Amino acid sequence: MAAHMSYEDQKKLVLKGLKILGFITIIEVLVALTAKGHLIPGLEFTGPMHYIYMLAMAAFSLYKAYFIVFFFMHLAHEVRGLRWSVLLPTMLLIWAIIAFFNEGSAWGQRREQIRKMDREQVKAPASGSLDYDKETTMFFI
Amino acid sequence: MASEAAVLENRQEQDEHLWSGGKSPFKASYGKLMMWYFLLTDAFTFAGFLIAYGALRFSSVTWPVADFVFEKVPFFDVETPLVFVTFMTFVLIVSSVTMVRAVQEGQRENRKGVVIWMLATILGGLTFLSCQAWEWTTLIKTEGVNLTTNPFSMHEESGTYLSGEDLTGMGYTKVEKDFHGATSTYFLRNGVADMEENRFFVKTDHHGISHAGESFEAGRPYLITISHDTHQYEHAAYKNGNGDVVREPFGPKAFGDLFFFITGFHGFHVFSGVCFLTIIMLNSASGIYGARKNGYEMVEKIGLYWHFVDLVWVFVFLVFYLL
Repeated sequence: MAAHMSYEDQKKLVLKGLKILGFITIIEVLVALTAKGHLIPGLEFTGPMHYIYMLAMAAFSLYKAYFIVFFFMHLAHEVRGLRWSVLLPTMLLIWAIIAFFNEGSAWGQRREQIRKMDREQVKAPASGSLDYDKETTMFFI
Repeated sequence: MASEAAVLENRQEQDEHLWSGGKSPFKASYGKLMMWYFLLTDAFTFAGFLIAYGALRFSSVTWPVADFVFEKVPFFDVETPLVFVTFMTFVLIVSSVTMVRAVQEGQRENRKGVVIWMLATILGGLTFLSCQAWEWTTLIKTEGVNLTTNPFSMHEESGTYLSGEDLTGMGYTKVEKDFHGATSTYFLRNGVADMEENRFFVKTDHHGISHAGESFEAGRPYLITISHDTHQYEHAAYKNGNGDVVREPFGPKAFGDLFFFITGFHGFHVFSGVCFLTIIMLNSASGIYGARKNGYEMVEKIGLYWHFVDLVWVFVFLVFYLL
């Protein structure tokens, strides 16, 4: 149990953690304010710069997460099996993010089409005759 | 060669850390390992919520702009984007740091140290919860966001806000009607029924300042003012590029739902964390954990939970406020 470090070193790690997490948070906020045009008049990240900005933000957050999990939660000093049994399952999230974000934007691109189809009126079949084609179409709309 | 007595003593020492099956997987105690796996499942729950946020945001044509929504600061009548929520983030980071100190003091079997640092952590948690309560109150009461209505959005087209004279000149009728004992002034197109969705208002912000005549570009964030006297959302009238008179529409409902649900679920984690921290702090003070001679392992376990709450906030902060 934390026998890997002296008490003084442990206290140093805590201070280092506070500095790292605080510093990254300040950088994140400053970059976010700049990107959205609040800090430097006339400067706002658009187009490809905006994507780079979003990736940079995600990278900063992942680094903070890494620091918290490995040093504050001591995962770095647990045995390898425990480390991997916790970290490997989270890899599933990579596909979840790709799949759902893709689904979300596909939905976004078809908003107008969906709205139109929602408004579409389907006539009731003439009395006495069951129009199976219309019934099935209605079902699939 | 170790003496027989030393071997026996060693074995007894080991036995205390073994599970009932006689082995100790991953050289961790049962409680600690299960805390890790609980946190793993919890991470999936939060990831599910945050991914849903991303998917719904990508699927929406417009989305509220975070630095416009979250720019209020308690006690100061200023509009400073992200400042208050950055403060909240710092509170959680500091409380995580004090928690690490509590765990370290526990490993040294220093009862007083454990209690003091845990108390600091609890105060951090309570501060965070109070900040969140204030943020929620502002959103719900002052700005009128709730689970079914979201008055924050972003303009899809450019246009100019219209004044009362503009509207009457364009064939609209001024109507003054009482709601909850206060008079609401709005405009109706001639011959149109007085229904909520037909009422046009002059753009006025929460300070009562009129913005009639102001022009805006597509992509500019806006808030549909809720009148605190008449309890009406005052949809402003504007003229778009084609010369049509348009009412500012509500923003995507999903924004309010996701915000209250995800920050609420996180806040509930903070709240239960504070409860458990309090119990474990009192137990530490009473000397129960000291008697176990296992380096205050219970403090270490609640520490894992508390750091996880901070970890989740890193991503909530990223998704809701930074992007």
